[in-house]
Amino acid sequence: MSNFPTTARCVVIGAGIVGNCLVGHLSDMGWDDIVLIDKGPLPNPGGSTGHASNFIFPVDHSKEIVDLTLESQRQYGALGMQNTCGGVEVARSEERMEEFRRRMTSAKCWGIESSLMTPAEVKELVPFINEEVILGGFYTPSVSAVDSLETGTQMRKRAQEAGHLKVLTNTEVLDIETIETSHGKAISAVVTEDGTISCETVVIASGVWSPKLAAMAGATIPLTPAVHQMADVGPFDVLVETNQELAYPIVRDMDTFCYERQSSGSMEVGSYGHRPILHRVDDIPSNDEAALSPTEMPFTPDDFDQQMEEAIELMDFLGDGEIKYAINGLLSLTPDANPVLGPTIEVENLWAAAAVWVKEGPGVGKLLAEWMTYGYPELTDPHGTDVSRFYPQQRNVNHIEARADEHFNKTYGIVHPREQWNSRRNITVGPVKSRTDDLGAFYFEAGGWERPHWYQSNSDLLANYDVPQRTHEWDARWWSPLSDAEHLHMRENAGLVDLSAFQIFEASGIGALEYVEKMVVNKCDVPVGKSIYTPVLNESGGFRSDLTIVRLQENLFRIITGAFDGARDEYWFRSHLPADASVNLENKTNAICTFGVWGPKAVALLSRVTESKLDQDNFPYGTSQSLLVEGLPVDMLRISYVGDAGFEIYTGTQHGLALWDALWEAGKDYNLRPIGAAVYGTSGRLEKGYRLMGSELENEYNPVEAGLDRNKVKAADFIGKTAYVKARAVKQVAQLCALTMDSNKCSAGYERFPTGSGNEPILTLDGDRILDDKGRISRVTTAGSAPSIGKYVLLAYLPIDKCIPGTALQVLYQNELYPITVATTGRNLSLYDSEDARMRC
Amino acid sequence: MGVMRILVCVKRVPAPGARIIITEDEQNIDSGHLGFTMSPHEECAIEAATQLSEQHGGEVTILTAGSSASEEQLRYAASVGASSLVLIENSSGNDWDPQRTARALSTAVRALENESGNYDLLLFGNEAADTGGYQTGIRTAHLLGRPIVNAINGIEAEEGGFVARRETLSGVEVYRVTGPAAFGVKEGINLPRYPTMKGRLASKKLSVRVIEDHSEPGEQYRLRLFRPAEVAKETVILGTDSNAAGAVVDLLEEMGLV
Amino acid sequence: MSGILVLVDSCEADATETINELLTHGRNLANQVNGTLEAVTFDPRYTDLAAGWSEHGVDLIRYLTNSSLQDYGPQAWAQGIVQITSLVEPVAVIACGSDRGHEVMANVAAILDAPFVANCLSVMVGEPWQASRVQWGGSLIEEVSVKTALPIVSFALHSCEAKLSKSSEPLEIVFHEIELDSEAIKTVVTERTEKPAGQSLETSAVVVSGGRGVGSADGFDVLETLAGLLNGKVGCSRAVTNNGWRSHTDQVGQTGKRIAPDLYIACGISGAIQHWVGAMASKTILAINTDPEANMVKKADYAVIANLHDVIPAVSHEIVRRNDR
Repeated sequence: MSNFPTTARCVVIGAGIVGNCLVGHLSDMGWDDIVLIDKGPLPNPGGSTGHASNFIFPVDHSKEIVDLTLESQRQYGALGMQNTCGGVEVARSEERMEEFRRRMTSAKCWGIESSLMTPAEVKELVPFINEEVILGGFYTPSVSAVDSLETGTQMRKRAQEAGHLKVLTNTEVLDIETIETSHGKAISAVVTEDGTISCETVVIASGVWSPKLAAMAGATIPLTPAVHQMADVGPFDVLVETNQELAYPIVRDMDTFCYERQSSGSMEVGSYGHRPILHRVDDIPSNDEAALSPTEMPFTPDDFDQQMEEAIELMDFLGDGEIKYAINGLLSLTPDANPVLGPTIEVENLWAAAAVWVKEGPGVGKLLAEWMTYGYPELTDPHGTDVSRFYPQQRNVNHIEARADEHFNKTYGIVHPREQWNSRRNITVGPVKSRTDDLGAFYFEAGGWERPHWYQSNSDLLANYDVPQRTHEWDARWWSPLSDAEHLHMRENAGLVDLSAFQIFEASGIGALEYVEKMVVNKCDVPVGKSIYTPVLNESGGFRSDLTIVRLQENLFRIITGAFDGARDEYWFRSHLPADASVNLENKTNAICTFGVWGPKAVALLSRVTESKLDQDNFPYGTSQSLLVEGLPVDMLRISYVGDAGFEIYTGTQHGLALWDALWEAGKDYNLRPIGAAVYGTSGRLEKGYRLMGSELENEYNPVEAGLDRNKVKAADFIGKTAYVKARAVKQVAQLCALTMDSNKCSAGYERFPTGSGNEPILTLDGDRILDDKGRISRVTTAGSAPSIGKYVLLAYLPIDKCIPGTALQVLYQNELYPITVATTGRNLSLYDSEDARMRC
Repeated sequence: MGVMRILVCVKRVPAPGARIIITEDEQNIDSGHLGFTMSPHEECAIEAATQLSEQHGGEVTILTAGSSASEEQLRYAASVGASSLVLIENSSGNDWDPQRTARALSTAVRALENESGNYDLLLFGNEAADTGGYQTGIRTAHLLGRPIVNAINGIEAEEGGFVARRETLSGVEVYRVTGPAAFGVKEGINLPRYPTMKGRLASKKLSVRVIEDHSEPGEQYRLRLFRPAEVAKETVILGTDSNAAGAVVDLLEEMGLV
Repeated sequence: MSGILVLVDSCEADATETINELLTHGRNLANQVNGTLEAVTFDPRYTDLAAGWSEHGVDLIRYLTNSSLQDYGPQAWAQGIVQITSLVEPVAVIACGSDRGHEVMANVAAILDAPFVANCLSVMVGEPWQASRVQWGGSLIEEVSVKTALPIVSFALHSCEAKLSKSSEPLEIVFHEIELDSEAIKTVVTERTEKPAGQSLETSAVVVSGGRGVGSADGFDVLETLAGLLNGKVGCSRAVTNNGWRSHTDQVGQTGKRIAPDLYIACGISGAIQHWVGAMASKTILAINTDPEANMVKKADYAVIANLHDVIPAVSHEIVRRNDR
């Protein structure tokens, strides 16, 4: 081929909705040398976009997903590719009605018009529905159906007409070549059947084929092809006579995991209710070999029968419709059901853009184009979709398939924000699991690690403390009253916390100081033994992370971060290593384990097991010392995330069990109890108003707004410094606040407890949404009990005029309003011991 | 004629794409990612049977020889009107040769007829979509002593038998065959209905009668199956829009067609 | 006899062409066994056709009759052929891979309980005999062996080029009065209606064929116009008949018509295997399709990558314009 492009700045592989939208946005942002490759023909190269149902229900509980979806609807609409037909979800169970109330809460939060409907109201909207099998509906007028193929075509043409894009169709990618760099490898070329393209950047937007393409470069994109069944049934007079593609709202029969979508005279019935059917990438036929398209696999009717029966229950006339087209359509499932986007951890300049629904495609295109252009996305914080969020044990087919198998039927399911996985548990455990098992630990998974969330062995504490029970099953799900009891016990005695899930990296070498200074906001050139708690920013000045660094030696810095963001943090730190060999970054997570001992008796307790002096004078807050505990070498760090005096104790994993036993033995005289992560991560931190990455800390907010700015800006340069300095100089439009609930009582007369999972809006007394001058929505970022003050606490960013303690507002939870009051704002959000006296004793 | 008893023989065959893959041992189609269906001729035979039974009152039995997976095709037939399903189980993993197939089918038909009376009509597809042997129906009819006409595009019942039509190049041939009779049906005889959801669900409730077979194999053996070498053809692109009309007509002139 | 018995029938298919191809296969086989090629026929036009048969290798004609046999009957013909085989003991019996050829051979094989190998491309005499035959209309080739005293074979249409093997000479004609039982008479044609003479899809030199891409029954109007200008016929793919846009009689493909026109214009046809096998014998193929990688385009000699509804009217217009010149 004579006009084959032998070089390109960027090669995008895959001309589905994502690849097409991405090249359009890249072109808009000035990328002028892009090649888009697909192994199939256009406009439908045979991937999942080609058989997508193409409808969009915008309401979701995740801000990140809603941001992407609403942006996508905006783009589809701007291109004239959107038919806003409305959509109604129907409930067959009371549990689903409760979920609809949660959806109403989310809809209100994101400003999407929605309403709850009685069965009769649903029937008015969809006259052929059998209202007797439903309890009600959740109606969203802005539900739309889109033309994803034509949208893709237009986005692609936009880039072509700008002269920025060459398109290669029917061109199979055979290899992705890399070159060695100082710290790994980087993209160098894409090899196709028609020639090789030297390039700087490659994006894999190849849907179900993405893992195979990533593997060519030695990278991983964790997803599995999975079947979603659908059948086109018809024709039906009631639909034919509308003479429209979509005259009726799309119906989602949520409790049977089915949808019914009009398609001219027929009805498309789709299901997420059949058994999970996973395929391997190598099992997908080529375009030539496939009877339909590669991702329209042969229909397996046995799997669909139950869905058919249920569909007929809801719409009787469906039973007489002829099944003219039915497929096992392939789509991509990831271990946590979210997309996989962003730079791959293994290969520099290799990007992932996969596991994206049509409803998110154009938004994802924009998000990635921003990310690739500016180094961070502006559209939303991608921490839930970032491909680097997975740990090595989560990137393989065993994990992907086990989790996809588990969550496939949750596609329309009711997933509790605290919900835990069943599969692939106990594959990553700390050294004291046998001990915590014996103590009746109930484990939550934290970044793949098993982390005790509360301890059944503390049941007796319920007799000592009058802690609130939760009446509503939803509030009590994945929760235990033991957590509050553990909290109160720790405040009076001492608690032992298993922190084995901490992610620990050590930066060493002659360039280590300069390197960590560059990475974080706060000054790292501190005396050996000092710790630094610091924000980590991206160039926009928004949060990338927050973490603690300990200067262990002149040129050795220990970087400690949480389990949830450890993988992303490691990628971020590794991708910024200097090109020379002046810094070595080592992941010590598996080599080091950590326990925390806190409480008024903690110092005395620990003094029993070490000869070192632990008082404030000899061992001040925020410092670390290497010493011996019962003859075991440890690093002790005086720090607290829970508001009481105590230490984090780091030791080699091989000593972990012995250390735990030593602490346990000494604790017998101090009423030491094991304390779960519910105290460590929520109630303890909330009383102190401490922030959490992914909740309060997002790239949309800067350290000043989060109250994490310091009086001075360090001299050394660091990522995001310019933006940070600017943020400090201007008047802020929002500030993080702690609020307390004035009453938890719901209309039914019992108490309700917001989950703080991000979708609960803060409203004015008039019930209006609150947006700051940048359009950011005030919503609960964390919620939880503060047992020591007997309050239920919420954290939220508020516009600056409302950041006044005493301001009365409301919170919407499960579609019901509760009165709340601003308690604290600024740097110190503490609601308990705000002078930090307890931590410094 | 009382209740018309019709038996239709079908065969499970893969539904390939534009390129058929052969297993490494060169004995079979690699159907790993393929769906299965029956020959379009057989779908039409079922439709013809269903229409006849709807017109005259009747019942339609479907008979197949194959692996237990053939139940899928039997149920499909039931979802479009068949009321009785019979499988002659072949667990060998390979198709039987035409002689053995015909022996097995005729033995089964005889057994079924001994139980519940003769079939007035046996229908076959003209040829199988995969092996295309053009003989199973004819052999089976011979073994059962029934007259058979293949390649028919029309069938009606009349007193004492059937009127079948075959379209040929020169016109239409009419065959008046006294019953009981057999025919090999060609696609085009009708437009077969699709299953409805209710039909599909009802088909699940039918039981499949399984018959064992011990027929002797025939004398035709497969040595290998392969895809003929593709002649690499360079397609000459005459254009990418309506301006290509000139080049197209040039070609037509060259060929002497205009 | 140590020769090959070939069923010759001029009533079906593109008679002259297909008979000549069949006879070329037959001659080839007769040469392999050093034997004669004897035509067995029920065709009353044999006297007119004998010269052509002779040129293509036939050594002798056996004309079969029965007083109660006035027209074609598959089982009657088969009984007759079986009687001839027991009389002359040929090495093999062959026929054309047409409806009749397949049907009669299958009946012969059923009577003799012998294997019948349909749609062969070539046959190798040996112990045992081997044959290569087409499956899936020619997309696959199967090699088989048959252990039998009397191989019964049909040859796939268009599977060889007809070759003259000798100069025409007057052929000896042997008449056989065959015996038929009452069963065989049951399936004899009782009536026939003749189509008005003219072109059919199978005999037309030009076929303009449409697929799903035509979009509707009305969409075929532009194809009809073009076919009219080229004195051709309109065909279609299975998707079209399934949608009810055209009658099945127009369907080209594995379960429709197998055709071999001089020019096949495939409009909006993706080229699934089942369609391709009906059209692959065409001498020249022009594909009109928006998808440059459609199977039909890849296999065509010429292609226009554009919407057929733009291109075909333009082509018709151009033909008219040039004709008017």
